[in-house]
Amino acid sequence: MKSVLLKTQGITKYFHDPYTFQVLKDIDMEVYKGEFLSLVGKSGSGKSTLLYLLSTMDMDFGGKLNINSEELTGKSPDYLARFRNEHIGFVFQFHFLLPEFTALENVMIPALKLGKFSEAKIKTKAMEKLDLLGIADQASKVSSKLSGGQQQRVAIARALINDPLIIMGDEPTGNLDSINSKIVFDTFKRLTRDLGQTIIAVTHDEDFASRTDRTIEMKDGKITS
Amino acid sequence: MNVILTIAKTHLLSKPKQTLVAMLGVTFGIGMFIMMISLMTGLNNFTEDLTKISSADIRLYKDVTEPRSTILDRIHPIGLNHVHSVKPKNESDKIRNARQIAEILREDPEIIGVAPRLTSQVFYNFGPVKLNGSVAGVDILEEDKLFNLSSKMKAGSLSALITTSNGLIIGSGLAKKLSAKLGDLLILTTPQGVTYSMKVVGIFQLGLGEIDNVRSYSNISTVQKLLGKDAGYITDLNIKTTDYRSAKLKAEKIQATFGEKAEDWETANSTLLAGAIIRDIMTYSVSITLLIVAGFGIYNILNMTIYNKMKDIAILKATGFAAKDVTAIFLTQSLIIGLLGSLMGLIMGFVFSLLLAQVPFDGGELLALDSLPINFDPQYYVIGIVFGVLTTALAGWIPSRKAGYIDPIEIIRGI
Ligand SMILES: Nc1ncnc2c1ncn2[C@@H]1O[C@H](COP(=O)(O)OP(=O)(O)OP(=O)(O)O)[C@@H](O)[C@H]1O
Ligand SMILES: [Mg+2]
Repeated sequence: MKSVLLKTQGITKYFHDPYTFQVLKDIDMEVYKGEFLSLVGKSGSGKSTLLYLLSTMDMDFGGKLNINSEELTGKSPDYLARFRNEHIGFVFQFHFLLPEFTALENVMIPALKLGKFSEAKIKTKAMEKLDLLGIADQASKVSSKLSGGQQQRVAIARALINDPLIIMGDEPTGNLDSINSKIVFDTFKRLTRDLGQTIIAVTHDEDFASRTDRTIEMKDGKITS
Repeated sequence: MNVILTIAKTHLLSKPKQTLVAMLGVTFGIGMFIMMISLMTGLNNFTEDLTKISSADIRLYKDVTEPRSTILDRIHPIGLNHVHSVKPKNESDKIRNARQIAEILREDPEIIGVAPRLTSQVFYNFGPVKLNGSVAGVDILEEDKLFNLSSKMKAGSLSALITTSNGLIIGSGLAKKLSAKLGDLLILTTPQGVTYSMKVVGIFQLGLGEIDNVRSYSNISTVQKLLGKDAGYITDLNIKTTDYRSAKLKAEKIQATFGEKAEDWETANSTLLAGAIIRDIMTYSVSITLLIVAGFGIYNILNMTIYNKMKDIAILKATGFAAKDVTAIFLTQSLIIGLLGSLMGLIMGFVFSLLLAQVPFDGGELLALDSLPINFDPQYYVIGIVFGVLTTALAGWIPSRKAGYIDPIEIIRGI
């Protein structure tokens, strides 16, 4: 039986700069636990905008957002920051790491912020995640010294560190060559299949989308399928 | 370690030069403050000590300059009275019942000592030299209690004055000008023309030229004789209190009780002490200016850091750091800069104060002073560090708060 993990009701969003226009129009969608969902659509159709809303980073919209049976609209920014820290892992198109810190420290920081485990425990967990992504040997390198593909894998390890409910990726392979894209895709696939991880990924890559569990297509701020 | 502190530390260490420059700004501000305040309060304390050499905490005397009410005023107290050419009465400046007043005052637990005094202008003659000066008739033991005279004796002793009825303890400057030594006989002439031969039994040096060059002490009865006055004739009562800081209040109380003028040391020396206020104003305005400059330095550097770290801020916020956490990261940086910078400033200020204390300073013949008076009161070091940290906290607060409100989406999208 499929249980709903994330649910939106009538989400609308407007931008007012330089002129008012509606980016998202009455979005109703459900994401099931453990599925690998891809979000596709033409450039400018509103995919990124939607993903930022789902990740709770942008709460300036109309409608309702519910994750893990919790209504998130109207919650305070501090509460949402904490919620994001604990339950949402985000992977960006550009491998966003803190450049002065090592790969290991980058993975550890969200867990240190959460403060659920001791520093030693967090360190072993972080090493496990790096190992899962096959870059444990790079752990002590300063992140700015890693290759693009390696950095993206560190970013995925970081997204996993607090065992989140959902991982969201905005074109996570968009900036990678085909080999690294394959590695990232395979990792996502493995996470959903073996660990029951829920993943939403925005992509332009048709091949990528076709091999996910389900694809949602957007056009002009509406979900078409 | 706390993750916010770790991040703040990493940011600071990744740009060591910039961090150091920001710290040095604070260091100079605080260092200058410590140096200036040490010198200025040193000078203030020194002038205060000088005035304390010559003035008692409170001086009780009869104020004959106070305007006198006319008989008309007394008869018609409510009318509009006008009397032309009111002439001063020939009033005696004797304090009535001075000895009884002194006894009553000595009972007061807030009063340590009461020394009666009667002063006369005199000419000192010694051989061919004739000098203008004054002789203070005192009870030398009481006087010692108030002004610690025994420690200021260059030659002879206080007790010799008690045993010698025509004894005289003269100032060191006076002794030098007269070339008088212990045992010499001086001829004193009063303005009334009375002459009296007196024997030098001691030489004192208060370190204040204006006194050492003119004054001598003798027994009160001798001066009464010189002036042709009775044994009850006393013009001044010098009073020492337990707390000279509150002498002003005490003086008002004494004046109200005894009906004679009681003047505290601060009022008596207000012109000399006025310099203290000016020095304080100077110290604080220079230090505050330096700190404001340091504050702007920190503000600038932090703004630059935040601008360079926009991407990091976006990552932190996306991974669940709240606005207040991001603010805390940058505020911590400015506080670390402020704290370390201030501590270095304290050390710098202390070292410079030590050096200043070595600077030779010639006070001339007016002041017995061989180097600059420096105050090492730890209180100013506490003020310094509080000042330094507060300034950096304030300067860091504005950009740090701004950093907290950075919208991560704009940065993630914009890259
Ligand atoms: N901050 C903003 N202010 C005004 N308009 C915006 C803003 N952000 C996005 N838009 C507009 O909203 C629309 C949707 O943008 P969005 O980034 O969500 O598209 P997308 O589907 O992710 O496109 P792409 O595939 O190119 O990344 C676009 O027309 C974009 O110009
Ligand atoms: Mg996009």
